[in-house]
Amino acid sequence: MSTPLSGPGSATQAPGREPAGSPPPRSRATRDHAPITLTGLAGKVLLLGLTAGVAVWAAFPLVAAEMWVGLALLVASTAGLFYLYLTRRHVPAKYLVPGTLFLIAFQVIPVLYTASTAFTNFGDGHRGSKDDAIVAIESSSVTQVPGSAEYALTIATTGDPATGALVFLVTDPGTGAVSVGDSDGLRRLDSADVTVATGGRVTAAAGYTVLNIGQASSRSKEITDLVVPTPGGALRSSGLSRAYEGKAVRAYDAACDCVRDAETGRTWTADDEAGAFVAADGERLAQGWKVNAGLTNFTRVLTDKNVSGPFLSTLIWNFAFAIGSTGGTFLLGMLIAVALHSARMRGTNLYRVLLVLPYAMPSFAMLLAWRDMFNADFGLINNLFGLDVDWFGQAWTARFAVILVQLWLGYPYMFLVATGALQAIPRELTEATSVDGASPWQSFRAVTLPLLLVALSPLLISSFAFNFNNFNAIYLTTDGAPFPADNPTNGATDLLITYTYRLAFGGQGAQLGFAAGISVFIFAIVAVVSAVGFRRTRKQEEVYA
Amino acid sequence: MTSLNLNQAGRRRGRWFAQVGWRHLVAVLAVLFSLFPIVFVVSAALNPLGTLSTTELVPTGGVSLDNVGGLFERTAFGRWFLNSLLIAGLAAFASVFLSALAAYAFSRMRFRGRRVGLLSLLLVQMFPQFLAIVAIYLIFGTITDLWPSIGFNTPWGLLLLYLGGALGVNTWLMKGFFDTLPRELDESATMDGASHAQVFFRIMLPLVAPILAVAGLLAFIGTINEFLMANVFLTSSDSKTLAVGMYGLLEGNERNNNFGIFAAGTLLTAIPTVLVFQFLQRYIVSGLTSGAVKG
Repeated sequence: MSTPLSGPGSATQAPGREPAGSPPPRSRATRDHAPITLTGLAGKVLLLGLTAGVAVWAAFPLVAAEMWVGLALLVASTAGLFYLYLTRRHVPAKYLVPGTLFLIAFQVIPVLYTASTAFTNFGDGHRGSKDDAIVAIESSSVTQVPGSAEYALTIATTGDPATGALVFLVTDPGTGAVSVGDSDGLRRLDSADVTVATGGRVTAAAGYTVLNIGQASSRSKEITDLVVPTPGGALRSSGLSRAYEGKAVRAYDAACDCVRDAETGRTWTADDEAGAFVAADGERLAQGWKVNAGLTNFTRVLTDKNVSGPFLSTLIWNFAFAIGSTGGTFLLGMLIAVALHSARMRGTNLYRVLLVLPYAMPSFAMLLAWRDMFNADFGLINNLFGLDVDWFGQAWTARFAVILVQLWLGYPYMFLVATGALQAIPRELTEATSVDGASPWQSFRAVTLPLLLVALSPLLISSFAFNFNNFNAIYLTTDGAPFPADNPTNGATDLLITYTYRLAFGGQGAQLGFAAGISVFIFAIVAVVSAVGFRRTRKQEEVYA
Repeated sequence: MTSLNLNQAGRRRGRWFAQVGWRHLVAVLAVLFSLFPIVFVVSAALNPLGTLSTTELVPTGGVSLDNVGGLFERTAFGRWFLNSLLIAGLAAFASVFLSALAAYAFSRMRFRGRRVGLLSLLLVQMFPQFLAIVAIYLIFGTITDLWPSIGFNTPWGLLLLYLGGALGVNTWLMKGFFDTLPRELDESATMDGASHAQVFFRIMLPLVAPILAVAGLLAFIGTINEFLMANVFLTSSDSKTLAVGMYGLLEGNERNNNFGIFAAGTLLTAIPTVLVFQFLQRYIVSGLTSGAVKG
């Protein structure tokens, strides 16, 4: 099983037999000649076999979709893994690569992708290329004109009837030929693949699931919005069973790089900086395209009056929230830890079991429970104290409420770590101060507190970083409320992260580029604060060890 | 005579308060603060009417277990519970294992890029993964098209996503644990002919096992509570996790009516974590501090 010994100094030789005074063998040769054990070999074969199996499984869809770049990446990384675990070299990499692969695929790449969108105007109405925008403008302006061709329409999908992408199956009333149409255009279907009922309705088609009336009417909004471009204009639905081929009223004119409305004669000229067609009076067409916005997403935070004011107050509140939550939980947790840290104290175990319960409860559910405890109409807080406060309706009560909730959720953790740190402080230190005549308070101030702070500052910094982006704490309680009357996107308790989330996914239309820009801001702030903090702690020294 | 006695007794009581009594006062107040929301949730879970508006701090209108029954009848709670256990269990185990591997390399080996690697882990960790949720959504759209079994609405896709954040969270903590183990241990094992893998699996891992269990438990609780990404990822009722499913219970007009079954669900979710938590509490204190403090 073992590899041949390679002379004196080999790792398999018992240390006792070494010449006296010779340095212990710890060169790379030591590791290289360690014996290969049966379990090690079996584990290696099993894991590499599994890797190969996963790679083959993953390769087929890539081949089918003709994604050769993805396939090349897959082959290269699989080959790299095999090389790494079959060679005896690169020992550190053997331990680092598994986690790093996941880190790169699901964290680094999305983060870089996000950072790159921060320099674009990506978002609703600015998703695709200019050509996509022109097609969308032209086909959405299709209206029924006298003499438009009419077809029998059947709604179908290639996926699940409730969620799959919709297609139109249209039957030409003259020839009876059936075509399938989606937003890419119209294709003829082989008549052998479809079953057509009298009246032109398609009842079955190979590869498609036909929606029944109930399924179709529940998705009528999507059906109305589906436009199938055709050479002469576009196909739209008229109800659930008829479709017409209409003419596009608006058309793109390459000569003036503009869109012209044939009925009104109005023109919208392409603005390549804004990624939109703009009329002379400033009116924009909703369908634009994605362009590089340069730094505008970042400068907008500073210059745009509608954004910078709320942004600044959100930033200040964000800091106040993070400092308040971290500091508050630390102070409370430490106070209780100090109170329970006494040899004469009885029942500490019972107290501790009850105290840490909030930490063990599922926090998402407790956040929702707290939200309803602050309910203005029939919440517990108002009932219990006989108050009549609309907690989430006013800025300051809402802020007080979310910090109180954070205090409740967070202080058991601080209590636990402070207890641990207190137990690590040698008793001699505090005893020495009392011998010297210091009061308990003086000894706490001069000895215990500084030692606690040194020990816990790394945890305080990471707690700050966590609370700075504590999405759940706001989203599951106030969801940013109360909102000022003139600004529905930025409420009084919004953190930057919930504000960003609303920009990206809220009802006002997705502003993904701008949201990504704010994400980069948040990252910069947290990174700077943490870097400054860590520089002051021993944790940073450890890096250079 | 009697007045002197009283005086002495009063002074003794005063000293008792200054030394011990105030500690009990603080502890009792803290316990009250800790418990009253939990008591409220228990009371809501037992409230036979099951609405928020009829729930008091202590159940006054009788006690019943209707809400627990309603939870299983009207929602897919059992399914959500299993999904959460599966995803959080696997994610906790895998992320602890992956970061233990990396921490071993960072703690025991010296190689080019070690310092850069450690610092960039710290940096990447500061960029919360969910800020990139838009990019993740687009990327997983493609993955769903290619490999539906690891795409949206599957536990595996979400698991992969959680593993992306595994290295950043625990590696530093684990490296702290490994650093506290004396180097002589693995050096002597190496001299006795152990390979690096044997040193890791046979010597290092068993020594830090209790702390690994704590890190795993914390990762488990963190994953159970993760809401944002799971909410984007899992939309069909059968694939939801507890956080997503129970958030849905309180959405819209059902907020008042569903509060009872929501509270019952909260308690059922809490039972396993609270038990394990109390069981491991001793290790949690040392686990949280030894990694970070001595680090």
